[in-house]
Amino acid sequence: MSTNPPTPEPQALIDAETARIQAEADKALADGGQEELHPRRDYPPYRSSILRHPKRPLVAAREAFTELRGPVFGVTDVTELDSDLTRQHHGEPLGERIVVTGRVLDRDGRPVRGQLVEVWQANASGRYAHKRDQHPAPLDPNFTGTGRCLTDDEGRYTFTSIKPGPYPWRNHLNAWRPAHIHFSLFGTAFTQRLVTQMYFPGDPLFPYDPIFNSITDERARQRLIAGYDHDLSSPEWSLGYRWDIVLDGPSATWMEEGR
Amino acid sequence: MRPPTPSQTVGPFYGYALPFTEGGELVPPGHPGAITLHGVVYDGAGQPIPDALLEFWQADPDGGLDGAPGSMRRDPVTGTFAGRSGVDFTGFGRVATDAAGHWTLRTVVPGPAAPGAVPYISVCVFARGLLHHLYTRVYLEDGAGDPLLDSLDADRRATLVARPEPHATYRFDIHLQGSEETVFLEFG
Ligand SMILES: [Fe+3]
Repeated sequence: MSTNPPTPEPQALIDAETARIQAEADKALADGGQEELHPRRDYPPYRSSILRHPKRPLVAAREAFTELRGPVFGVTDVTELDSDLTRQHHGEPLGERIVVTGRVLDRDGRPVRGQLVEVWQANASGRYAHKRDQHPAPLDPNFTGTGRCLTDDEGRYTFTSIKPGPYPWRNHLNAWRPAHIHFSLFGTAFTQRLVTQMYFPGDPLFPYDPIFNSITDERARQRLIAGYDHDLSSPEWSLGYRWDIVLDGPSATWMEEGR
Repeated sequence: MRPPTPSQTVGPFYGYALPFTEGGELVPPGHPGAITLHGVVYDGAGQPIPDALLEFWQADPDGGLDGAPGSMRRDPVTGTFAGRSGVDFTGFGRVATDAAGHWTLRTVVPGPAAPGAVPYISVCVFARGLLHHLYTRVYLEDGAGDPLLDSLDADRRATLVARPEPHATYRFDIHLQGSEETVFLEFG
């Protein structure tokens, strides 16, 4: 069940659609429109989005009590080794060792403490340890590519991993994803839930990727790109990347709602 | 206010990272008051979506929203998921759809989170092709007086109410698009 037509479409066609949507978005912003903070759910250059986005407007709802709270995770939900993706097997994975760290904040800048952060990624060759990934790049027996941790009292998370490789996909002919790490985050309210992807600075694939460009505001796109931080790099060991995350959702907490 | 970090699709390969043992079993088999909630996630062509991920969050039977930890207990020896303790009610479930787009959750009927509130189960929908998750709610009965339900016309309202089936089972299909499109919510 693919939404792709049988003949793969050329990159140039995707590029033209991307440029047209970008120009419209730029104009809307210049005309005083609101900054689009999230990707468009309806973003035709990403072909899989065509049949998978609601066409009716979302219904405005007040978070009732349930949505203002959220699931709780604790020490039983993570183990010490879960945040080090390079130590989950007997041997060392191949690739560029990296440390990715940052803070998870709410929109008021307050740290999101003790919440679950989950990550998954391809290996250094751009292959996921997932049966359905048929990219003919080697699997690494010493790398699974999944991790999790709880944020600390300052909202900080830290993962040790391998820099993931870019990988091909079948959105169109010669489609390649920029290197990325998938992130899943929880806040204190269920409406702060976020699943996103962290990218690496200077990736040459950014202009060609419809998933990255589904965020039509340049400033918003930049928020998904980690910064290289030399002070975070360790001599003869690893390169450091820093990426802070701000969770959308209510700034009012359940307590502040007067209950 | 800081601008939020934008969302991106969960993609096709979350399956070895996010689902966990007993993710859809909020209560153990044979638990008194257990109900089964299940359904299919459909796309705009009416085709089932085999790579959607659903998360559920709800009050306990007394309406409590304190959510115990331990949804995804880890075995410190093997490093694998150990399943839930069987004692604590975490209120959180996570289920991937199967090859036929079908999902199943075993839980209990939530209590009212405030006096007089109509209970519901909050749902967050992720999928390949969906660039930003969607929220909806499952109401196990069509409660009058609920501000959201009462704001909808009958057709739309019906998309949020699970259909009772025999043996304490409820059916709740999710249509991302199309004539039966589910009501999705925007908060704030
Ligand atoms: Fe990916």
